[in-house]
Amino acid sequence: MPPPNIQLDDQGHLKHFLTLEGLSRELLIKILDKTEGFLGVARQAVKKVPLCRGKTVANLFFETSTRTRTTFELAAKRLSADVLTLNIAASSTSKGETLLDTLRNLEAMHVDMFVVRHAESGAAHFIAQHVAPGVSVINAGDGRHSHPTQGMLDMFTIRRHKGDFSRLTVAIVGDILHSRVARSQLAALRTLGAGEVRIIAPRTLLPAEPESLGARVFHDLREGVRDADVVIMLRLQRERMRGAMLPSEHEYFQLFGLTEERLATAKPDAIVMHPGPINRGVEMDSQVADGPRSVILEQVSNGIAVRMAVMALCIGTQNRLAQVDAHD
Amino acid sequence: MTETTLGTPAGPAPGLAPSIALGNLPSLPPGIASGEVAGRLSIRHGRLIDPANGIDALLDLHIADGKVLAVGEAPAGFAPDRVLDATGQVVCPGFIDLCARLREPGQEHKGTIASETAAAAAGGITSLCCPPDTAPIIDTPAVAQLITRTAKQAGKARVVPAGALTHGLAGEQLSEMATLRQAGCAVMCQAERPIINTQVLRRAMEYAATFGLTVIMRPENPFLRDNGCAHEGRISARLGLPGIPEAAETVALARDLEVAKQTGARVHFRALSCARSLEKLAAAQARGIAVSADVSAHQLILTEDDLEGFNSQCHLNPPLRTAADRDALREAVRTGLVSAVCSDHQPHEPDAKLAPFPSTAPGMAALETLLPLLLRLVAAGVLDLPTAIARVTSGPAAILGLPLGNLAPGQAADLCVFDPEAKWRVGPKTWLSQGRNTPFWGERFKGRVTWTLLGGQIVHERRR
Amino acid sequence: MSATEIYADAAALEAVIARMGTALQDKLTQRGIIDPLMVGIHTGGVWVAERLHRILMLDEPLGVLDISFYRDDFSRIGLHPQVRPSHLPVEVDDRHLILVDDVLQTGRTIRAALNSLFDYGRPASVMLAVLVRRGWRELPIAADVTGLDLKQELDRDGSLQVKLTGPDPLALVLGHRQG
Repeated sequence: MPPPNIQLDDQGHLKHFLTLEGLSRELLIKILDKTEGFLGVARQAVKKVPLCRGKTVANLFFETSTRTRTTFELAAKRLSADVLTLNIAASSTSKGETLLDTLRNLEAMHVDMFVVRHAESGAAHFIAQHVAPGVSVINAGDGRHSHPTQGMLDMFTIRRHKGDFSRLTVAIVGDILHSRVARSQLAALRTLGAGEVRIIAPRTLLPAEPESLGARVFHDLREGVRDADVVIMLRLQRERMRGAMLPSEHEYFQLFGLTEERLATAKPDAIVMHPGPINRGVEMDSQVADGPRSVILEQVSNGIAVRMAVMALCIGTQNRLAQVDAHD
Repeated sequence: MTETTLGTPAGPAPGLAPSIALGNLPSLPPGIASGEVAGRLSIRHGRLIDPANGIDALLDLHIADGKVLAVGEAPAGFAPDRVLDATGQVVCPGFIDLCARLREPGQEHKGTIASETAAAAAGGITSLCCPPDTAPIIDTPAVAQLITRTAKQAGKARVVPAGALTHGLAGEQLSEMATLRQAGCAVMCQAERPIINTQVLRRAMEYAATFGLTVIMRPENPFLRDNGCAHEGRISARLGLPGIPEAAETVALARDLEVAKQTGARVHFRALSCARSLEKLAAAQARGIAVSADVSAHQLILTEDDLEGFNSQCHLNPPLRTAADRDALREAVRTGLVSAVCSDHQPHEPDAKLAPFPSTAPGMAALETLLPLLLRLVAAGVLDLPTAIARVTSGPAAILGLPLGNLAPGQAADLCVFDPEAKWRVGPKTWLSQGRNTPFWGERFKGRVTWTLLGGQIVHERRR
Repeated sequence: MSATEIYADAAALEAVIARMGTALQDKLTQRGIIDPLMVGIHTGGVWVAERLHRILMLDEPLGVLDISFYRDDFSRIGLHPQVRPSHLPVEVDDRHLILVDDVLQTGRTIRAALNSLFDYGRPASVMLAVLVRRGWRELPIAADVTGLDLKQELDRDGSLQVKLTGPDPLALVLGHRQG
């Protein structure tokens, strides 16, 4: 028996946002639709809506990340929430305080939402299982497991450019093994019914049984991106060379780096995506990154709107649950 | 009734000089504190299952002076002090657990010899072997004696300390095996620590073989294991958990088997987890290498799918593998290729499991679920009851080389009477182990121990 | 909700909106406003605004406002199920706005709409035109132009629901909440 989905309340509303696995197609589409609404907020003179006024959002970053942290911070602020950002990597855990201690301390400050980034898979689930009722947890990346807001912003970007998922061929290139971004993208693409999903990497950067993730496996970049509508490049961590997973950045770029020439087999209107930050000359060359088919900067703007939508949905669910409790 | 299959009998490889006899060796680790007098008991109307003697019949059992006096009719004039009515129950040798961590000395916040042997008694276990990775490590006679002495005081189960195979378990220098043997260590073991230098492994096995000592190995290649915490497969791919490939086990197993062949050491492999290991084991036994193996009971029940939702109670080492592996392990237990089933009891304090999955401590508290898990396999038609009992009595006794797990007259009256139909729920009211870290917490089980006898003394009696 | 009845049909409503157009034009002339920017509130307000926009022959495209993000019941019921993008085609700074909605009852929707508008900029003025006015105001808000007032005998009970259906044909429907 699969365990109940802790992300949803008993009516199927989003309470926590931990992984895209186990979320219905309807719910994913609802998130994408809501994001359309939030996209307009950035065009207002006052880039703020009062939805989460009086709510406190704590960004718990156990692993440093400037970009994700900033976009979550902006998203929360644009919802009028009070935002608290804690870089815990450097502080309490090194003093022997457990993750639960940290959590309990913040709960005592009446935080309404935790946005969590952690180096270990399952960390967001763990926190969601232990927060007080009424507190939502948003996963901002846990180990290799999941980065659901990134996955959704990528789906949002794809939908804006390409529409119907069922006709699309999507190629994901790079370090699938260590990539929470790839896992979230794959889960979303499976649920949204993408036509064909491909993963392209050397064997050392693929997990065991990669086909079980719902994708066709390629080891040749040109073959893998042939007739693709969307080409997603993943970030390559430098540590991978030390772990004997790759011989060198040079050879990686020779084989798996995206150039205009190698992109030639893709559809002429294919878009190129990357979760950032890009290692130019490793994952792709600058010509592609800054070229007409790149939608990388758009991904960043969309990221804020997606995060606003998800935060507003979760806080909204908690509000409704609180209301139900009050009536009981 | 069916003849139960025992594992390959352990013994020195043919063609080797007989091992040097060590004097002053206690034949049995002490169970009961001296000074207590065991009474005269009759256990009546039970189904007696004694695999070592090929018995499965409704037979009474009579006990005097801590030993089995007679099976069947009571000797003329025998007047028991107490009669236990075992109608509808199974009477069998007390279980022997080849791997149970008691956490003492060194980690008493997880468990103590007193708390864990009480849990063992409640689970029908009368003898257990504790691995040497205590703190301090069991590489000196003092630590071994401390453990046996404390266990004797607690008086709930016989505790057989496994001596460290290498000094400090560091895998570099041999331990004083002969001395440890004299201090009560029946076997030598490297626990979960690797011996990276194969030359050291070879010397350790050769030295152990000199004294006819069985070496227990948990085959695991540390480089292939790396920082893994789950079976490398479909589930770890999806959950993004660092994987432990089967090769982490099979590569180490292949090396250890070859070194066993080279040295003629008697080697027992702990906790095999995958089908490919079983192939290697079967081939080695066919070649006449003196090796045996066990599995942990939960490996016969759970699979990688139980990790869903990052259930840290299923963070185990070796990891839970695929359903196909589980089925192969079940078959190997049935045929006797794997001749023992262990609890692999690892109690933890609650905090050890309260962290993101990879950071949690592996292992589960399992003494009290050993019998019900085996009975699940019996109910599922995987094993017949005598075979299931053989794997936790005569099988492990042969591996330890101790005269245990046998209810012939004259043998120590270590036995277990259980009601195979009694239903119970794992919870605070039924659980004795200090560690509550079990994925079965809250679950309903069938089969519960009514009495456990150690040297003829009742050390556990179920309250009704 | 059940037991709905049509209060005003399409023909009647088109006539009402035409009269609103005239009244609006008079107000604009009176105030010397020549190039107002019209903004309809999702969903019914937009249908009324489209018609008024045509009648007044305004040059600037119609603006559309979704007030979900500004509703004061978010803290009670969560995010409104229907969030649509707001779309204000031109800057609102220093412009004269005509805000259009279908029904004015408590005034809370208009409060939210004003808050939303002011997050886009600082308009010179805002006029309010509503198709139906009824009682039960909870905020000090009044319409500059009103299409029709709900009959007082119908409006004795605040639970009566008044809803505009459309967009074509328009109908004003009364519903009685059950239980």
